[in-house]
This record gives sequence, C-alpha cells and structure tokens, in this order.
Amino acid sequence: MNAEHAREVAAAEFWVYLMTDLIMFSVLFACYAVLHTATYGGPTAAELFSLPNALVETLILLVSSFTSGLAMLAVHANKKDRAMAWFGATFILGAAFLVLELKEFHELIVDGNGPQRSAFLSAFFSLVGTHGLHIFTGLLWMAVAMVQMKKKGLSTFIVSKLERLSLFWHFLDIVWIFLFTVVYLMSRIA
Amino acid sequence: MEHAEHKQQATLKSYAIGFALSIALTLAAYGLVTERVLVGGTLVAALLGLAVAQLVVQMWFFLHIGEETGGRLKLATFLVTLMLVLIVVAGSIWIMGHLNYQMMSSPGAMQKYIEGQQAF
Amino acid sequence: MGRILFGNLTWAALPHEWFTVGGTFALTTVLAFIVIFLTRRKLWKKLWKGWLTTTDPKRIGIMYIVVAAAMFFRGIMDAAMIWIQQATSVGSSQGYLTAKHFQEIFTAHGDIMVFFVTMGLIVGLMNIVVPLQIGARDLASPFLNTLGFWLFVAGAILINMFFVFGGEFASAGWLSLPPLAENAFSPGTGVDYWLWSLQISGLGSLLGGINFLITILKMRAPGMTLWRMPMFTWTTLCSSALILASFPVLTMTTLLLWADRYFGMHFFTTDFGGNPMMYVNLIWMWGHPEVYILVLPSFGIFSEIVSTFARKRLYGYSSMVLAAMAITVLAGLVWLHHFFTMGAGADVNAVFGLSTMLIAIPSAVQILNWALTMWKGKIRFTSPMYYFLGFVALFALGGMAGLLLASPAADYQLHNTLFLVAHFHTMIVGVALFGIFAGMTYWFPKVTGFTLDEKWGKRAFWLWLAGFYVAFTPLYILGSMGAQRRLDHYAASTGYQPFYITASIGLGIMLLGAAAQIMQLAVSIRNKKKLADVSGDPWDGRTLEWSTPSPPPFYNFAIVPEVRDRDAFWEMKEHGRVKEPETYQDIHMPANTPLGIYIAGFSLLAGFALVWHITWMIVLGLAGAVVCVIVRSFDEHTEYVVPAKRVEELEKARIAAQAQARP
Repeated sequence: MNAEHAREVAAAEFWVYLMTDLIMFSVLFACYAVLHTATYGGPTAAELFSLPNALVETLILLVSSFTSGLAMLAVHANKKDRAMAWFGATFILGAAFLVLELKEFHELIVDGNGPQRSAFLSAFFSLVGTHGLHIFTGLLWMAVAMVQMKKKGLSTFIVSKLERLSLFWHFLDIVWIFLFTVVYLMSRIA
Repeated sequence: MEHAEHKQQATLKSYAIGFALSIALTLAAYGLVTERVLVGGTLVAALLGLAVAQLVVQMWFFLHIGEETGGRLKLATFLVTLMLVLIVVAGSIWIMGHLNYQMMSSPGAMQKYIEGQQAF
Repeated sequence: MGRILFGNLTWAALPHEWFTVGGTFALTTVLAFIVIFLTRRKLWKKLWKGWLTTTDPKRIGIMYIVVAAAMFFRGIMDAAMIWIQQATSVGSSQGYLTAKHFQEIFTAHGDIMVFFVTMGLIVGLMNIVVPLQIGARDLASPFLNTLGFWLFVAGAILINMFFVFGGEFASAGWLSLPPLAENAFSPGTGVDYWLWSLQISGLGSLLGGINFLITILKMRAPGMTLWRMPMFTWTTLCSSALILASFPVLTMTTLLLWADRYFGMHFFTTDFGGNPMMYVNLIWMWGHPEVYILVLPSFGIFSEIVSTFARKRLYGYSSMVLAAMAITVLAGLVWLHHFFTMGAGADVNAVFGLSTMLIAIPSAVQILNWALTMWKGKIRFTSPMYYFLGFVALFALGGMAGLLLASPAADYQLHNTLFLVAHFHTMIVGVALFGIFAGMTYWFPKVTGFTLDEKWGKRAFWLWLAGFYVAFTPLYILGSMGAQRRLDHYAASTGYQPFYITASIGLGIMLLGAAAQIMQLAVSIRNKKKLADVSGDPWDGRTLEWSTPSPPPFYNFAIVPEVRDRDAFWEMKEHGRVKEPETYQDIHMPANTPLGIYIAGFSLLAGFALVWHITWMIVLGLAGAVVCVIVRSFDEHTEYVVPAKRVEELEKARIAAQAQARP
C-alpha cells in the first residue's frame, strides 16, 4: 500500500466510524423524543432551558467550525504557524462551549433537576452530555495534534491526521445543529 | 507540499459562504421560535427543515462531500446512515407511541377507547 | 479506606459456592497448564512475536477460532446443565439447580454462544479467507484488527470473571431486559459483568466491521470489480454493513442501562417516567440485524462450497448478490417481530409481520440458485457437501417455523414458548454453525497444509444432524403444546417430561458429534503427511485463495494477481495464467504491535473496575487506554519492507520444497 492509498484508506475508515457515531446519537435522539414528556411531575423543557444561552453555545461552536476550516486551509498551504494559531482559536472556542454547558448542567443539578429527577432529564443530560464528551475528546485530540504538528511539521503523516480531526470537529457541529433544534428550540413548540 | 489539488475548491470563499449561511439559518430558526412566527406542527416542520438545510450546507462546504477522491463513498455511506437514523428515530417514535397509547396510562383513555370501539 | 481501594469488592465476593469454586478451579488449572507448558518449552518469546502481537489476519483468524472453541466448551456445558435440569425437575423434584442459578445459566449460555462462539468463529474465518479471496495482503487497518481481537478476548475474560469475583452472573435473559435488569431487581454485580463484557467485545466487533467494509471496498486486486467478487466476500461485506448499522445501537442502549444502574438515571425504570419498553425496542433494533450477521457468512460459504464441489459456476450470481443485499436491507426493517405481544396494536404488528415474511423470498432465491448450480454438475460428496445438504433441510424447516412466527396472530400463541427456542436454534445450529463447520473443513488445508480426515468428518456430521433432530423436534412439539421457555420446574400433569428427556438424548448425540470432530482433528494431525495438501489447491477450487500455497506465505501473494473474471482462479487455470512470476517486487508489510493487547488490557481493567465501582482503577484503565492510543498516533514506523530479492529467495525456496514433496 503506497502512502497516497494508505491515506485514502484511513480517511475512508474514519468516515465510516463517524457514520456509526451518528447512529449512536440517533439512539439518544430517539430516547429524547420518546421520553421528553416524562417529567414525573417535575419542570418541563420549556421551563428549564434558556434559549439565549443555547444560541450563544451554537454560535461559539459555529465559529469554531469556521476557524477549524481556516486552520485546514493553512495546513494545505503549508503554513504551520498560521495553522497552529487557528487550531488554538478553535480550542479556546471549544473550551468556552464546554464551560457554558457545564454551567448549565451545574445550575440544573443544584436546583434538584439532575439526571436522576426524571426520564426526561436522564434523556436530556445523556444526549447533551454525550455530545459534550465528544467535544472534550476533540479538544484532547486537538492538543495532541498541535504537539505533533510542532514536533513533526506538516508531513503527509501529520496532515492526514489533521484532516480527520477537522472532519470530527465539523461533524460535532452538525450533530449540535440537531441538538439545538430538537432539545432547545422545540421545547417552545406550544 | 501541494495538497491544494486534492480538495474540492476548499477555499476561503467556500468556508466563508458555508459559515455565513449557517449563521443565517441558525438565526432564522431562533427567530421563528422567539418571535412566535409559527406554532405547533408547522413550527416543528419549519425548524426541522432549517436544520436539514444547515446540514446540507455544512456537509457541502465543511465536510467536502462533493470532492472527487472518495466523495462518492462518503455520500453513499452518509445517505445510508441517514436512512438508518430515520428508521431508528421515526421507528421508535411510531412504535413507542402506539405502545404508550395501548398502555392507557392517561385518565379517560379507557373511556375514550370504549367510546371509539362502540360495538365492543 | 477499604471503600476507596476496593470499591464494592469484599471477601464475600470470592468463590464459596460449588459452581464458583469448581469454575475457578477449572479456569486456574487450564491457565496453569498453559503457563507451565509454555515455560518448559521456552515458547513465550515465539508466542509473543509470532502470535500475540501479530497483525497477520491469518494468525489473528486462527486465534479467534481457538478462543471461540474454548468458549464453545463453556456454552455447551451451560446447555447440558439446562437440559439436565429441565429433564429432571418435574413434580416433587426441584432438580439440582436453584431457580436463580438456572436463570444465570440460560443467560450465560445465550450470550456466550452468540457473542463469543458464533461471532468469534465467523470473524476468524473472515480474517483468514477474505484477504486471500480479494488478492490483498492484509486488512485495511492491521492495528484495528489486532485491537479488535484483543477486545474480544477481554470481553470473553470479563464474562467468565464472575466465577472468581462476585459469584453471580446476570439472570435477566441473554439481553438483560429491564425492569428485571435494573438495580431494583438485580442489585448484584451480575448484570454489570454482562454490560461491560458485551460493551468491550462489541467495540471489537464494530472495529472489525469498519475494517472489513473498507478492506473489501478499497483493497481488492486490480480487475476485481464488485461483481467479480466471490460470494463469501460479498456476504462478509453485507455482514459488515449490518454490524456498522446495528452495533452502535447496542453500544448506546447498554450504556443507557448502565447509566440507570450506575448513576440512578431513569431511562428504563418503572418509576420516575422511565419506559422499559423502550429498551426492548432499542435492543431488538440491534438484535435482529445481529442474527443476520450470524447467518449471512454461512450463505456465502455454502455458495463457494456448492460451486466448487459441483464443478460448476455458481448459478445466478447476480440474483445471489441481490438476495444477500435484500436480506441485509430487510434485516433492519423487521425488529418488532420480537415483541409482537408487547402490545403495539394491530397496525404496527401487521407492518412488521409483512416485512418479516418478505425475507422468505431472497432466502428461497438462494436455495433455488444452489440447487440449479448442482443440476448437471459433477458433484463430489465431501463432508462440506454433507453439511450443505443438512443445512438445506434445516434452513427450510427453521425458515418455515420463522414464517409461522412472523404472523402476529400465531406469534401470540408461540411467543416465548419452546417453539421459538427451537426455531432460532435451527437457524443458529443448522445455518450458522453448519456453515462454519463446512467452511472450516473446506479451508482447513489452506490454513494448515493438510486436509481433515473425511471419514471422521462424515461421522461427525451425521451425529450433529441426528442429534439436532432428536434434540429440537421435541422442542417444536412442546412449544406448540404451550410449554414456556426458560422453565426451571413444571408439573408432572403437563406431560412435558418425556419430551425434555428425548431432547437431552439429542444433546448427548450432538456432544458425540463434537467428540467426533475432536477425533477428526487428532486423526488428521497424526496422518498429516498422508493428507498433505501439496499443490495449495486440494479441491480444484475457483477463487483466489486456492492460488496460494498451503499455508500461504505471510505476505499472501508474491505478486498481486490480476483478475479477469468471476471465479478468478478458475479463469487463471483455464487460460494457463498460473505460473511463476518473472520479476519480483518489494513488499510492504505491517509491523507487529503490542498496543492491541495493552489497550484491551486497560479496557479489561476499566470494565472490572466499573463492575465493582473502584474509581481509581476506572481512571487508571481509561487513562491507560487513552495514553496507548496517543502513543500509537505518534508512531510513524508501522510498516516494514520485504525487499524484492528476499521475496524471490522465499518463493524459490518454497517452490523447491513443493517440488520435492510432490511424488
């Protein structure tokens, strides 16, 4: 297997893995759809979720998706320092997203609306929390990738890894679109 | 190192367009809800429509689903996955809805069922 | 302090019942034997370098089969224990097992046979055969392959660990249905062992699915278009697609059950808004595709076997491929037939009943094609062909039983009776297992260099077939009489006992069949010089794996073959294209790696720690696995080159040895 073919194969494998991740998320979405009215007498989604906060989170993630795209443009133009800078920006935005999300979780739990309160809240925390865990993993991966970029430059080996990382990051933003729509926006249907 | 020719027009312009469109679609959805332009079923449909639109935008501009090397496999596997996601979510909603209905856990459900059956 | 160090683990968890003491003793004895044997023969280094850290799919495949065979032993023991209980526990006798223990045994039996035996044997065969069939040297990702195998082993270890720590396994059925599987009704560690064993090995299966899909799509030899692939490769592709579609559902659903148990969430509890029916819905969304994952490869194996031993091209290749695809697609659309009686109503039941019945059509197409392949062929009735004929009979029988169950009205009578048990065992034994037995006989010479003894092979077949009928016909009858499954005791007035006893005799006959297979192996090894496969093509085969020597060199093909037609090797033989290459090339091979074992080891540690709520160990396990992954990502030297000169040396030496061995 030559290097070009190996890169193609690795990219294909990673894409297929992303597809299986989508199916995992679909199970969580299905659970949320089925259980979101099971509040067991507790507060409903409309009462609990702050839309402005969710909008800010969405915009942060969208900008971070854009900066990761800019980072990849720099990578393909062989501009290592610019790429590092844009990945750094992506990292900070991703971290900010997580901080906001953890804050929201903390407030809910402190008010007694943690995941053990009802099936609805179990579904909420699991769906949003799983996405958050993926973001955390992405940040960890980004940190490692930046170290690798610094040490080894922009060889084909490193570039193919960065391509997969940016794919992952974009994919997380796509999942968030649906999370934002189904969990937050649709809480105000009535 | 020349990576530029591998990608489908992954230029600053295409990322910027994708970004701008995504922001617009997000704000549109948000506005629909906060300004109470629509309600109920129509709102659900509109929100889902906007989300799907943003999905397509991001798949095209960010995930490069149109590129020549590997693009066909990406698109094919993505469409299959989309179908599976629909089966999982819609299938669950349909089945669980029917199961819950048969549970008759809400007050008056038994009464409604008897009235519906009439000849029961 | 003890809580922090050991979590929920206490002295009481150590073995103190007859079966946990016995099980621990058996496991440690076997382990001790192996360790002593390896140490005395100084084989550790060879084992580590040649097998444990290998990325060679031929060797990984053999290891899968060995582990699966060991688990088969455990699964059969469980089956025997079930049958003895059911044959004796009538009226005033309570048998020899407590109700709880009985429940743990049938739970373990199901999980072990599905996850660790059948999946293991199938993935093992795929590893050995598929790269050879498509003219490739390895899978797309050798690293994911070894990792997937070791995760499988970790899961197998974890499912047996309760013998030593904990003393109880899950007792809520092979799928651990809530609310029984929730903390309220299963407070012990049994369900947790179930959860993590399946989670870890399930991850291995998922990685394998990705690997085989991409390998088949992207690494075929030049000229091998999709419509020129052998049928076993096609069905492997379909099975892999099903794995990718369904295992994520299993992963997430078991994670949610774990969330209920570990964090007190309420997905599937009976209070706080939880909905146990959602679990049933989700788990069968995985469960139904899973059973097709188990049988599809066997369809492929039989296609190869029939066309080879009938000396004819497979009839209706296109319709076979389309049938396999149809089965794959339909497999994802029928899952509700596992819970017709849960009460979704006539509309929903009718839709799924219809979709289930549709699967009969591609199944029938396949049988017709096999029959037409045999028509006017020059058939050699070897033991693989015997298994094929047994399979056709059982596939038809089990299929018709399935068709009956597909009707919601009939299913209301038959659901969770022994009729259902007989149906799925017909499919798993008669279709999946017979296919695996046939495939193992067929490809055995390719792996070892000598064929299996035919006499003992046919004896084993007759014993398995007869044993199966004697064991499961009573179950079909009992089920129609209304006998419920999983009964640990019943009244004498039911009249069930004679049937249970007959069934036990059948199990005994099948055990004789297994013994005959072991005998077959022993006899074959003793006679291996006489049974040697010198040419590499003992059956006058049609597909590429038969163009390699038996066993193949580690690089499979010195020169990647060029494919011109379906039945690629047959075409090469017909047109005289089978000859020594004139020039050789450098070959790139993947290097060994211990990281598969390390990551799986850390996962095993984390899984064990999660069962016993030992927080520091959980962190250590997870962190260790993550660090290994990061270390791997820095490694740029994962391949090595075999220079053309060396390939030439190896090939010339091999050809010379072959020439000498030939009479």
